[in-house]
Amino acid sequence: MNARLLPYVLILPVTLFLCLFFVYPFLLVSKQAFSTGEGFSLDNFRQVTSYWKFPISLRNTLLLAAAVVPIQLALALLMATMVNRMEKGRDLVLYVWTIPLGISDLAAGIIWLAIFEQSGFLNSMMTGLGLIDKPVNLLTFQNPGIVFLAIMLAEIWRATAIMLVILVAGIGLIPKEYYEAAEVFGASKWKQFLRITLPLLRPSLQTALVLRVILAFEVFAVVAALGGTLFPVLMGETYTYQFDLLNSGAAAAMALIILAISIAATLVILRVLRVPKGATI
Amino acid sequence: MTAVATDVAVPDTRRAGRLVYAAAVVLLCAWVLVPIYFLLINTLSSPDTVNGFPKPFIPEFDLASLQFFAGFAGMLTALKNSVLVAGLTMVMSILIGAPAGYALSRFEFRGKELFRLLILLTRAFPLPLLALPLAVMFIRTGLDDTVFGLALVHTTLAIPFSVLITYSLFSGIPLELEEAAWTLGCTRLTAFTKVVLPLILPGITASAIFAFVISWNEVFAAAVLTIENRTLTAFLLQNLDTSPLHLKFAGGFILVVPALVFIFAVRKYLFAMWGIANR
Repeated sequence: MNARLLPYVLILPVTLFLCLFFVYPFLLVSKQAFSTGEGFSLDNFRQVTSYWKFPISLRNTLLLAAAVVPIQLALALLMATMVNRMEKGRDLVLYVWTIPLGISDLAAGIIWLAIFEQSGFLNSMMTGLGLIDKPVNLLTFQNPGIVFLAIMLAEIWRATAIMLVILVAGIGLIPKEYYEAAEVFGASKWKQFLRITLPLLRPSLQTALVLRVILAFEVFAVVAALGGTLFPVLMGETYTYQFDLLNSGAAAAMALIILAISIAATLVILRVLRVPKGATI
Repeated sequence: MTAVATDVAVPDTRRAGRLVYAAAVVLLCAWVLVPIYFLLINTLSSPDTVNGFPKPFIPEFDLASLQFFAGFAGMLTALKNSVLVAGLTMVMSILIGAPAGYALSRFEFRGKELFRLLILLTRAFPLPLLALPLAVMFIRTGLDDTVFGLALVHTTLAIPFSVLITYSLFSGIPLELEEAAWTLGCTRLTAFTKVVLPLILPGITASAIFAFVISWNEVFAAAVLTIENRTLTAFLLQNLDTSPLHLKFAGGFILVVPALVFIFAVRKYLFAMWGIANR
């Protein structure tokens, strides 16, 4: 086959597929969000944003992302540098640490439910230690702080692994010579981390942050398993509009709001962690 | 460590440092494993124990919860659907994605940047939300509530990863190998099937498994797009409010098991796949 045509033939399936199942539905959802029967209108947006649960679910979603992502970043950086120094047992430790990567958000929610529910392991431990006399119902509307903490822990537990993988892969690409040179000049491990690892890790940090922040705004099943209706989030409200209220227009408007927040966050991260041209795909 | 040789206390602090380091590794491993172990205890205990208090910290090895799970109406069908959707997603995302990955790694062509942008956009988009308009489109085409329809959405989710991962895998194989095969009388196609394919097959398998996991774990689109033919995640989500605890935990455990196997199967490729795919 003609070598000039070949690459186009090879990318054609993906392009067609994405046009049909990504671009086209995206256009549909935008159209649906901005119309309510007769032409262009913002009614759907007005409807969803004026609902009393909207500010709460928006706040909850942003708060959760703000609480979870920095901790994940710090934890993933710590784990990645620890793994990097490891000589024995590196593969085993890495396997264990990356297990949550394959675990769904729903399963993670259920796992942490086993710990936090009324007859769960946390209560069992606390009574065992004599801290409380009888099991306390932790996940109720009287304990919003504990509901938030449980969701936060489940999210950190589940999604740190993806950041870890990206950062370990990134650290692996940093030439060893830099560290050897730093060693010669007597730089401490901490200085090496600040002056070599962090700056050279910028592309990976960027990818990890963008991916995680976007996924944090889509938090859904963890919340459904642990908080139910106690902790409304944007994605859960979208599901309610589509599934329980059968209001696709409102669901479409919520979808676009989530998308707008994701894009805004992505742009901020790309701007803050700017990478020299040619270094990213 | 920057050893200050004059100080006698140095070996001690170094030993202490090593101890702290080892303790941190063990602690972080426990942080990952202990919650899974708790789920395992609940799964392998009788329903009475799961609903009772206090919880034992050793499993009873009672299969009643799992039997209840298997006997629960619709559960096994949901499990089967999950496997089918994930299997279809795996096959489609590789068949469609891998050629594009090859094109990106081997050719310079006009519109390459635009194509990369499309792929990246897909990755940065809350894709499960696309299930909303697709529900309407699928009803029109008769794809609604089918395993294949859902697999199409999951393939959209998995495709950016399969393109980027196969791109990084192909980039890891020197072009010279292919050129050598050409000079020895191979065509582009036979050089690919005889030289490149055997080298890349394990990596392709790993990225296919990755696609499987993406589909296996997806909740939102599955819950929106299927009613009769629910996947396991959609089924569990739908019944979260009403199902008894032992059913939730057994279901959660069934969701986790393939994850353990899959991460073990792809562990060698996990970092290589991400290493180049990020850049």
